Amino acid sequence: MSDEWRKKYRLEALQAVTKRSAFGNDIDLSDFVTIPKGGANLDETVKRRSLEVGVDLEGKKGGTYFQVDHSVLLSQLASRIKGVEMMPTDEALNKYDWLRSYYWKALSVTQDKYTAIAELRQTKGYFIRSAPNEKVEQPIQTCLYIGTEGVLQAPHNIIIAEEGSELNVITGCTVDSRAKTVAHVGVSEFYVKKNATLIFTMIHSWSDEAYVRPRTGVIVEEGGTFISNYVMIKPVRDIQSYPTAHLVGKDAKAKFNSIIYASKDSIIDLGNRIYLMAEGTSGESIFKVVSTGTSKVYNRGQIIGQNRNTKGHLECRGMILCPTSSITAIPELVAEHSDTELSHEAAIGRLQEEQLHYLMARGIQPEQAIGVLVKGFLDPGLPGLPERLQEEIRSKLALLERKSSPQEPC
Amino acid sequence: MLLSVEDLHVSVEGKELLKGISLSMEYGEIVAIMGHNASGKTTLALTLAGFPQYQVSRGKILFEGEDVTSKSIDERARMGMALAFQSPPAIRGIKLGHMISLSAGMNPWQPKPGDDPDLPKKILSKVNLEPEKYLDREVNVGFSGGERKRSELAQIFAMRPKLMILDEPDSGVDIDSLKVLGNSLQEYFRTEKCSMMIITHHRHILQYLKPSRMHILSGGKIAITGSYEELMPKIEELGYERLIKEASRE
Repeated sequence: MSDEWRKKYRLEALQAVTKRSAFGNDIDLSDFVTIPKGGANLDETVKRRSLEVGVDLEGKKGGTYFQVDHSVLLSQLASRIKGVEMMPTDEALNKYDWLRSYYWKALSVTQDKYTAIAELRQTKGYFIRSAPNEKVEQPIQTCLYIGTEGVLQAPHNIIIAEEGSELNVITGCTVDSRAKTVAHVGVSEFYVKKNATLIFTMIHSWSDEAYVRPRTGVIVEEGGTFISNYVMIKPVRDIQSYPTAHLVGKDAKAKFNSIIYASKDSIIDLGNRIYLMAEGTSGESIFKVVSTGTSKVYNRGQIIGQNRNTKGHLECRGMILCPTSSITAIPELVAEHSDTELSHEAAIGRLQEEQLHYLMARGIQPEQAIGVLVKGFLDPGLPGLPERLQEEIRSKLALLERKSSPQEPC
Repeated sequence: MLLSVEDLHVSVEGKELLKGISLSMEYGEIVAIMGHNASGKTTLALTLAGFPQYQVSRGKILFEGEDVTSKSIDERARMGMALAFQSPPAIRGIKLGHMISLSAGMNPWQPKPGDDPDLPKKILSKVNLEPEKYLDREVNVGFSGGERKRSELAQIFAMRPKLMILDEPDSGVDIDSLKVLGNSLQEYFRTEKCSMMIITHHRHILQYLKPSRMHILSGGKIAITGSYEELMPKIEELGYERLIKEASRE
């Protein structure tokens, strides 16, 4: 894309290419390439890995966007899906002039070096929009797949749930077993219009050597609801993300559910920030994590109450399976109005021996018993989460207990 | 012989709780263990089941002739020893139906050919817990006393054990639940001929199961052994303390 209108973002981005992120380790991305080496194709390995992140390339789900490295291999909607459109972001920006007014509006291009790099080295991304008052029942699935060693994937995604609509998106991000050291700096902008609902479920399955810096901004208008479900159960080298929701309209709601299984020497720094800007807005962040190996997990959460009759709640529940791992909860509640009600709850501890012995007394071997308990601990079981999505997440967690050997030694 | 306990001494955190218990059980036998609070009944149950905090300092436990004293909880369970807990923990995120399948040695998330997917349903019906209501309930979460005890029975029935150790299956339950528990156990005993060690304070559950022998524990030892017909009326008349005093005088 060489459009004039984007020049200002590029100029701004150039000013921020060395700007460190407020959180997480500073990652040097200069050695990663954004030039694809060869053609990617949908072979069996790709299909299998995609299925692990909930994206069924052969199934009959509502719609599928599939990007390998920098190439969009699939962007199609089943013909029966009405009221929703999906295409690569660059195509959408060419097609719709109005879309420019959404570009870099939910977060700033100069937030840090990663947003800057995402602008300067952008590699596609998806645009999904539900039309006003359309209730799109079938989930739209998207997959950002890294298939080549040494690649930096930097998509820019935009989702718009128009007024009164309901949209359900499942995104899987994964790495081919043939690629190891890779980087991902995806930018996502979500716009939830008046009385609309967007449920966004993201399943991450990276490699041991993946560096991941997603950047997400959400704007929710009056009466709108944004629900984010995030699942990561495979190891990663270093991930840091801090999606921020701005509840700008009266009675808007945002809810973040995160389910993390931290293993090996993963460094995981995740959290959410919610601005309760308008009257009657409410936000909630629930983070459940199990840590093993020598992983280090940080859960940051911040809720800022800025108007009357606002409510926010942060929750972190952690289970430490290995004493060599660590979980740090950093909740922040900021009240900038006298009529805001903010709370947080954090409980971190080891596996309850009483429960382990209980399962063992049924003849279950300790390794399997731990797997069952971990799954139970992480099980979404959240009111308001559609059963179909719960099942999707449960099927990921089931991987944890199918192994007959311990997940990994401490 | 199914179970043989020889001169068992058990300590928890350095404190000796069992001080030389010897008893035995035959295949298909029902034995009752009674005694006042803190007499060592639950300690005996948890030691037999292999809980590691109960340290055996002397003596041994033989199950089907094999010394299991140093075997782990799960090994003993797979050999055929099943414990119904007095106060089972609540476990969030695990469905009772799955727990029953797991107890039966199946993996509910990855069934093998030949596994009976309806087993949890059938077993729940045996303990009068409606499958539609209880299959998807989280294990013991929000269960009443009676529901917990029935959920315990359902799980150990699924294990098809050779020996059931029932730790106060009748405590904290109402009369209706007691009837259900008594009938379920009676029926299971009739069909499976499984040996049962019943730890209890009351005669109620024993009316359904009629033990062939009773042991009364006191201070970590067996104070009195006798038949149900002989001892039960005396316990009711004198209470444990006087009965034990009189027995020791004799």
